[in-house]
Amino acid sequence: MTLTLAHYLVVSGLVFGLGTAIALSKRNAIAALMGVELMLNGVNLALVAFSRFGAAFDSQEAALSGHVFVIFVLTVAAAEAAVALALAVLVYRRRETVDLDRLTSMRW
Amino acid sequence: MSAVPDFASPGVDGAADERAARPSPLAALRGLGLGRLLMLGGALLVVGAANAAIGYVIVDGRLEGEWYDLRDLGLAVGRLRTELDAEFDPAVSYWVTAILGAAGILVFIGGVLLLGSWIERRLLARFQIRRGPNRVGPFGLLQPLADAIKLMQKEVLMPRGADRLLYVIPPLAVFIPAVLAWGPVPWAPNMTYLDINVGVLYVIAVSSLGVLALFMAGWASNNHYALLGAMRTVAMMVSYEIPISLALLSVVLMTGTLQLSEIVAWQEEHRLWLGLLLPVALVTFFFSSTAEINRTPNDIAEAESEIVAGYHTEYSGMKAGLFMAVELGNAVVVGALVATLFLGGWSLFGLETWVPPYLVLGAKTGAIYFVLVWLRGTLPRFRLDQLMAFAWKFLIPISIANVAVVAVEASIFARLDVAAIVPLAAFTAINLALAAAVVRFALPASGGPRGAPPALRRPVLTTAVGGLRAAQRMRVSP
Amino acid sequence: MESAGVVAAFWILSATTVAGALLVLLSRNLLHALVFLVLSFLGTAGLFLTLSADFLAVAQVLIYAGAISVLIVFAIMLTPLASRDNASSLYAAPGVLLGAAIAALVAFTALDVGWPELEGAALDARGFGSTVARIGELLLGQYVLAFEVASVLLLFALIGAIVLVREDEPAPAGAEGGGGEQGRAP
Repeated sequence: MTLTLAHYLVVSGLVFGLGTAIALSKRNAIAALMGVELMLNGVNLALVAFSRFGAAFDSQEAALSGHVFVIFVLTVAAAEAAVALALAVLVYRRRETVDLDRLTSMRW
Repeated sequence: MSAVPDFASPGVDGAADERAARPSPLAALRGLGLGRLLMLGGALLVVGAANAAIGYVIVDGRLEGEWYDLRDLGLAVGRLRTELDAEFDPAVSYWVTAILGAAGILVFIGGVLLLGSWIERRLLARFQIRRGPNRVGPFGLLQPLADAIKLMQKEVLMPRGADRLLYVIPPLAVFIPAVLAWGPVPWAPNMTYLDINVGVLYVIAVSSLGVLALFMAGWASNNHYALLGAMRTVAMMVSYEIPISLALLSVVLMTGTLQLSEIVAWQEEHRLWLGLLLPVALVTFFFSSTAEINRTPNDIAEAESEIVAGYHTEYSGMKAGLFMAVELGNAVVVGALVATLFLGGWSLFGLETWVPPYLVLGAKTGAIYFVLVWLRGTLPRFRLDQLMAFAWKFLIPISIANVAVVAVEASIFARLDVAAIVPLAAFTAINLALAAAVVRFALPASGGPRGAPPALRRPVLTTAVGGLRAAQRMRVSP
Repeated sequence: MESAGVVAAFWILSATTVAGALLVLLSRNLLHALVFLVLSFLGTAGLFLTLSADFLAVAQVLIYAGAISVLIVFAIMLTPLASRDNASSLYAAPGVLLGAAIAALVAFTALDVGWPELEGAALDARGFGSTVARIGELLLGQYVLAFEVASVLLLFALIGAIVLVREDEPAPAGAEGGGGEQGRAP
């Protein structure tokens, strides 16, 4: 058998979907953050797969733009993880919980 | 002589006795008897003849690039590959060579683990004026084997309340990076198992994998000391990864490649060790590596006088043995990496044509390992806050400055149109002078690893485990 | 992309990745979830390798498995009284449903659309030999503005995280119950 773009896209879709489910359904803010990281992973996989298989690129340099995108995603993910976890710790200091169900002060 | 106190004389006399009792080499030869002397002479003749033959073949250039050239096992593997490719599918040769190489590396690591702990204990004993293990086998050589058998026989306990899954994984998981790190190390011009062109990054990435395993070990043990050791480990390893990366970055800037074999080739081509050209990077890398692999003077992760055994306090039997083995293996990996990146790897100014290059690399690795043991036998342990402050307030700024300097030099080097020796000699002089200036001025100003005087310090461990204190404060005042 | 080794590697690695992600969702313990998360990250790195993205694979291991997981460890250890059971929230069902819907949508799109993709010899010709140098040129050439913005973003994140979690100066000595709390590990 041969591997095609669709194989990788399905895997990336599965990872992205699982990440979404985790981010939305977990009570612990840190677990929700894990879900976000998984979503970013799924996107990265799709980007790399497109850059490998895509026929629309006229040169290898153009194809490698996908890799550059992934590097930016990695950068943003690192920044986002640092700030989000700092926020979780801060919320914990104030409220002694990171339970998203109990952080309801902005609910009307 | 009468002024010499009495209690000094036994030692003096003892030494004199020993000297007298030891026979001179000639007398020892004479005592061997005729038959043995003849055998010895014959053996010497054979070795000499073999040497002459090897010398003839090497000078003649007859071995150049042939597969039976034992100086470079990579050639034999390459020949095997072409033979297999002619017969079978390309996948076959790929798998065969991959398994061969992996088996070679694993055998080598096994040998290191068996010999290394004996060497370390003997050397430490020498530093402490003892004899060390000398009962099991000749010179105590079989001691590590005996220890391993003893450890395997011991009961493997699981502490009450331990996290079963996470307690079992770490002893195995820490082994993986220790083995993987050997992949991109070049043993000879054609003898690299994993000659990837992101080798330096690969080394950093692999070394950062062990952190989590160590943390899991400490956390799953359900033990305060283990958890403290784990948190110390994580904090320290994360901090010291930065100077390591910066030191490697300066190496990469200078050589213009991420491939370890190319870095060695660069050093061989320019006849210059990067350790001389980039002394700050060398020292930073070496010191930070001792922290990364938990060795004295930076072994606070398992400081036995403070927190029993750190993250592996609750491990018994062969699981504890695995942690200790990994520690040893990591020390040798660091030796190989320092030798490869900074001390010329397999090249030794032409000697590598006469001696197999992998033996040259092995000798350099052994030398670095000896320095590590030497440090362990000599230096006391630093405290956690001292080490953290040293990393963040001294090593990282110095490393960043070093990277800036090296970047300027590398761009000059790339643009100059003269013989490479001129700029490289100038850079070496400049960098050595800068390193001396750092040691002379910046290091005393920062207080060195010992840090600021005690009155200014807060207990950093509580800050590092931070939430505990915050939790208590909130419990007291809701 | 036809050799048996690559195909086997793809199936093993994608199974690792997806199973890791699934176990993050299902595991009953936050630390276990973290371990499975790292497993999933490593699987993704392996998939990058099968796509001949060597630099990205190593960067993935370095940043996700090495750095972000340690950050998460710190966050977990800094919130000792929070629950560690990785439980679902009140709105778990819609979240899982939405995730499943997204996964199904992406999978359907991926399988249904005829992607203009390379095949056979053209695909092998594309195989990036060494990506590092050209990625570097792209980063500092075509994408240099984004590169600089990313570095500024990292600096802001660094400073922001420090400012956020910085504890106030401790109260004068005596107010903080001595060193006894060191023994109160979770």
